[in-house]
Amino acid sequence: MANSSDPVRRRRSASDLLRLLGTATAPLRPSLAVSLSALGDNAQGAFARHFDSGYDPNASNGHSRREEGGIAIRNLCVRYGERFAFEGLTGEFPPASLTAVIGPNGAGKSSLLKTLAGIIRPTAGEVICAALARHRLAYLPQQDELDRGFPISVAELVALGDWRNFGSVREPPEGLAASVYEALAAVGLSTVMDRQIAELSVGQFQRALFARLLMQDADVILLDEPFASLDESTTEDLQHFLKRWQGEGRTVVAVLHDLDRVRRHFPSTLLLARSPIAWGDTSLSLSADNLARGQKALLPPEGGHIGRVA
Amino acid sequence: MRIALVACFALALANGPIGTLLIMRRESLGGNVLSHAVMPGAALGFLYAGYSLAALTLGGVLTGLAVAGLAALAARSRPQRQDSNLIAFYLVSLSFGVLIVAARGSQADLMHVLFGTVLAVDVKALVLIASISSLTILIVAALYRPLAVESFDPAFLRAVGGGGGTFRAIFITLVVLNLVANFQAFGTLLAIGPMLLPAAAARCWTHKVWPMIALATVMGMAAALSGLLISYYANLPSGLAIVMGSGVIYGMSLLAAGRMRLKPTKLEGR
Repeated sequence: MANSSDPVRRRRSASDLLRLLGTATAPLRPSLAVSLSALGDNAQGAFARHFDSGYDPNASNGHSRREEGGIAIRNLCVRYGERFAFEGLTGEFPPASLTAVIGPNGAGKSSLLKTLAGIIRPTAGEVICAALARHRLAYLPQQDELDRGFPISVAELVALGDWRNFGSVREPPEGLAASVYEALAAVGLSTVMDRQIAELSVGQFQRALFARLLMQDADVILLDEPFASLDESTTEDLQHFLKRWQGEGRTVVAVLHDLDRVRRHFPSTLLLARSPIAWGDTSLSLSADNLARGQKALLPPEGGHIGRVA
Repeated sequence: MRIALVACFALALANGPIGTLLIMRRESLGGNVLSHAVMPGAALGFLYAGYSLAALTLGGVLTGLAVAGLAALAARSRPQRQDSNLIAFYLVSLSFGVLIVAARGSQADLMHVLFGTVLAVDVKALVLIASISSLTILIVAALYRPLAVESFDPAFLRAVGGGGGTFRAIFITLVVLNLVANFQAFGTLLAIGPMLLPAAAARCWTHKVWPMIALATVMGMAAALSGLLISYYANLPSGLAIVMGSGVIYGMSLLAAGRMRLKPTKLEGR
């Protein structure tokens, strides 16, 4: 089945797979639907609110990225117990921007992204992000935060990106298999569509996650070390997507370690080392001066002998 | 004997999906802790009303959920030290429960609470077990998609709007309910056995979810049948025989499935 070179055959096997998303609930959904509608709008509303708040098929109608995109933060501060991850962060990620967040290890970059994504609640300050409230934000975690051995196929993983159109319990829409195939083709994974994710290499898995991001069609895209452990050609391929997303008016923020890559491809940079060192145009943020200040900010106070933190 | 068999089959029907989900989420230790957390509540119920089904069940569910909540709180403040927290909950629950039973009950009561007596399951207990199993199967079938996504990538589920802790809470509640049902037949020390062992065995044979669940259910039923028969003819305690049966199936699965996968799966290249 996977050896077929005929795209129509392959599309059909993807839809067979995707039917798994619906099969389990199929016997119940008619009765669920019947009993819900029997109970009336209140019950349906309550069900939707508590169990299915992601279902929003009309989300893209009348929707302007330029007006509703972007993130604004004011005095943001996150603490873990006694030590703080970062503090005093104020600024804006405007729509159609491509920002790199860099800094030494332990600088709070991942914590910042998690706070923007709404996963961590900030200790102080606020995040103003319309996309977050309207579920139009996508977050790509570091690879080791996901369980690669989970029994899900590549097609199913990517199909999840279209969550807005089917939610928790509804049947996936007609065109889903085709859009999953397109997204996988765009990242170069059309041959491994039917495989379990456990069988993928690190690079292939990252491509699959990018395909899921494509399906999500989010206004704000946050990526935590998207190119870690990837080879040059995969990184180049995936870099194109970041550029494309910026061109489409989305807000893209990525944590990176490769300063060279940042200088070449990222117009804005936030240099973070527990407190913000610089935030703005890359050529200005990445001055030697700022970088040195960043390194120093993370050293233990009073010249301790623990050694360099970065 | 027949009632015991039906009860075990009903348990296996629910243990299949819940055990598989537990293994997929890599929370077997958490499940084990919850099976011990059920006991203090059941012991308090026993203290209050003797062997009343309602008291034991209600007590068990309450303390099970309480420990689950405490574990969640502890995990939030110190995400790295979860396993030592869990061991602490496990030991404290177990000791506390045993102390209560030993204070007012007899040796036989203690053995019953720790290891269960499958053959003592009466019709009332069977109705309880069957209700919990049916409820579990309905919920897992209806809400499988968000439950699975929450297991795999909770940050994604929150980002697309299905999130908050709702589905995690639903899953933990189902685990506690099923552990209370298993407790009736298998006691606190073994309650997690029929839930985890068939699912672990099934995982050796397949990597797809629904075959895994189906296989776990079938293996659970097979273990129940063989365990009951062996305990009858060899005059051994039934709950222990059933769990041993599951263990043997798991051991055979590890060996057999490992032998059959001779070559690693070849990637066709990028």
